[in-house]
Amino acid sequence: MTETMPLVEMRDMSISFGGVQAVDGVSVSLFPGEVLGLLGHNGAGKSTLIKMLSGAYRADGGRIFVNGAEADISSPRDAKTYGIETIYQTLALADNIDAAANLFLGREIITPWGTLDDAAMEAATRKVMHRLNPNFQKFDAPVRALSGGQRQSVAIARAIHFNAKILIMDEPTAALGPQETKQVADLILQLKREGIGIFLISHDIHDVFDLADRVAVMKNGKLVGTAPTDAVSKDDVLGMIIIGKCPPGATPGPGAASEAELAATGAPALH
Amino acid sequence: MSHDAHGQPAAAASVGLPSRKTGVLQALEVDTRLLGMLGALLLIWVGFDLATGGQFITPRNLFNLSVQTASVAVMATGMVLVIVTRNIDLSVGSLLGVLAMAMGAIQAELLPQIWGLDHPLTWAATLLVGMALGAMFGALQGGIVAYLGVPAFIVTLGGFLVWRGGAWWVTEGRTVAPLDSTFNLMGGGIDGAIGATASWAVGAVVSVYIVVSTVAARHRRRRFSFPVKPLWAELCVAGVLIAAVLGFVTVMNAYPHPERRVAIDLVDTLRAEQATGGLSAETLALVDRMPAELQTLVADPTGGNRRALIRGLSDWPELPRPAHGIPIPVLIVAGVALVMHFLATRTRFGRYVFAIGGNPEAAQLAGVNTKRVILSVFVLMGVLCAISAAIAAARLQAAGNDLGTLDELRVIAAAVIGGTALSGGFGTVAGAVLGALVMQSLQSGMATIGIQTALQSMIIGAVLVLAVWIDTLYQKTRK
Ligand SMILES: Nc1ncnc2c1ncn2[C@@H]1O[C@H](COP(=O)(O)OP(=O)(O)OP(=O)(O)O)[C@@H](O)[C@H]1O
Ligand SMILES: [Mg+2]
Repeated sequence: MTETMPLVEMRDMSISFGGVQAVDGVSVSLFPGEVLGLLGHNGAGKSTLIKMLSGAYRADGGRIFVNGAEADISSPRDAKTYGIETIYQTLALADNIDAAANLFLGREIITPWGTLDDAAMEAATRKVMHRLNPNFQKFDAPVRALSGGQRQSVAIARAIHFNAKILIMDEPTAALGPQETKQVADLILQLKREGIGIFLISHDIHDVFDLADRVAVMKNGKLVGTAPTDAVSKDDVLGMIIIGKCPPGATPGPGAASEAELAATGAPALH
Repeated sequence: MSHDAHGQPAAAASVGLPSRKTGVLQALEVDTRLLGMLGALLLIWVGFDLATGGQFITPRNLFNLSVQTASVAVMATGMVLVIVTRNIDLSVGSLLGVLAMAMGAIQAELLPQIWGLDHPLTWAATLLVGMALGAMFGALQGGIVAYLGVPAFIVTLGGFLVWRGGAWWVTEGRTVAPLDSTFNLMGGGIDGAIGATASWAVGAVVSVYIVVSTVAARHRRRRFSFPVKPLWAELCVAGVLIAAVLGFVTVMNAYPHPERRVAIDLVDTLRAEQATGGLSAETLALVDRMPAELQTLVADPTGGNRRALIRGLSDWPELPRPAHGIPIPVLIVAGVALVMHFLATRTRFGRYVFAIGGNPEAAQLAGVNTKRVILSVFVLMGVLCAISAAIAAARLQAAGNDLGTLDELRVIAAAVIGGTALSGGFGTVAGAVLGALVMQSLQSGMATIGIQTALQSMIIGAVLVLAVWIDTLYQKTRK
């Protein structure tokens, strides 16, 4: 085994929807203070893989270990008890309630009389939102009235407010402006320094190279391979994403294309 | 500790406070939709008052109107939550029917066998069993919707038929009457109103509550140095609310008991006091003020004298008549609405109800047990149907198996006219109660000016569509 124990280890994860094998025998691990970039074409199975970790889907097969101990994750609530927080690609916000209500949804602050402490929740929301998006003002408007980027800030705020140990970010900056994107990048580096492990799903390969320590590439539900970002080039990773070609320096997975398959696509063979 | 400790200093007060709002309506922070409904209601009332030559806005009519609204209003507060979660309940009218029959049978046939007729606990035991049955029936429907995934429309359409059939089954179609006399107080009427003094007491308590909750809400926001409404706006809103409450009490206290009823009561008092050794000082003073021909009848108020005395007293203009005061069913509506408003806005349960309406998937991903919340909403609806059933049966002083027919449509219409979005996620309890009042005002008003029943339903149907259309326009301009 490696010198440190992985924060999370997913072994041989599989799930299918009807006839579609969305994730097929994928194993990845994430270490404390590590950012793992999860890459792949549209429909490769990235979101589905991390949804099994966040409790949104129940895996058909595979095991999940958190800090070396097998974790039984069958609902989003279970995942949260393991310190797993998720920013979903769809943001998963309730449009009709305000930012604070969304941030604390399922974990409301309660007064001694058992009623909602909206003022306390708004105060906490103002603090965490200020860190992500200092210009944000619409605390008493339903989330529907927010811009795409503002909504994304709310989703991020919800994930970082509750002492995450493992953070899953599915395209967290897709709708953000340059300033907010920079803020999220800074945030990721800061959380990483605190020893939090982060799954970062993004289509922006430059972002991934700037932030991630390793990349894992998926294709058609299978893992093509994983590689430390300093051992491969961006072109190598593009090759992994597009044709499933595993470069030297990467650890191939079950989804890596064989020489014969590569020859059939007309790509240069592995040397 | 959360991560925000690393970011900004913990001075929430300095963080992103919005600038003060401008504009009177915005400063008041009143719900413009609610305001619009109040305007519409006022228009309807004034319109009918003009059309009936001043017969509509009278204490007597407003009293009856509020009593007639009660049953639908209670159910409408629950329908709001059902619709907010993107569901519907078509079974409430039938549920009311079966629960009314069950409560009728319990109080008139079952309990008297245990502890005799007119036992002081009969009404409470009946109501409790009715509410428990309502909760069970609601749980059955809610369970099928939430856990088996059958659409609420279908489940409650089935319930609509099943419960109506059940209502017949309880007594095989026989109407249950008479009901327990205490139970009947829930239906309003002369005895089912609390009188002038108690009404003022209720008005005072509610006014104090309005002041206290305003101060408390202000205090909560102050604690975090959030902006608060300007004081004048706060005073204005609280003042209008208190004026409305006290105004309502004044109107209900301006409706005296009918002459004949007071005359009968007085004659009964006379006889009782004569039988137990002489009239009380109070009664004597009253007799002293009577015209001479009545005074002679007082000496022996039996047989023909009794009838003559009652007739004479009824025509005596100085006969002191006590006021009705607030009807008990209206107190029930107020209590139910307060509890439901509190549930909807101040508790976790209410927060989840709205979150599910906004985005069921998001609520589930946030760890909300959405199935349990939906089950609970239907349970609550069942309990409210039992309360409505008690009010409706008590008002008729009988339980018949067709009670509540078409109520599902009235209840849904009340919620929708009250601003509940059928697409889910939005609705208020106050709006639904107002919606019920609007519906009943239209119906009573049209009956008073003699519009045929067939035409009445056509007009109500058209108004429903019109109201929702106006609401759609309002929603568009607001965004
Ligand atoms: N709930 C579902 N029901 C049926 N099929 C699904 C479901 N969720 C995902 N899939 C299928 O599983 C496959 C993987 O989808 P997934 O969302 O994981 O892709 P992705 O890698 O996140 O893509 P993107 O980059 O577009 O977000 C796709 O073929 C998709 O159609
Ligand atoms: Mg995805």
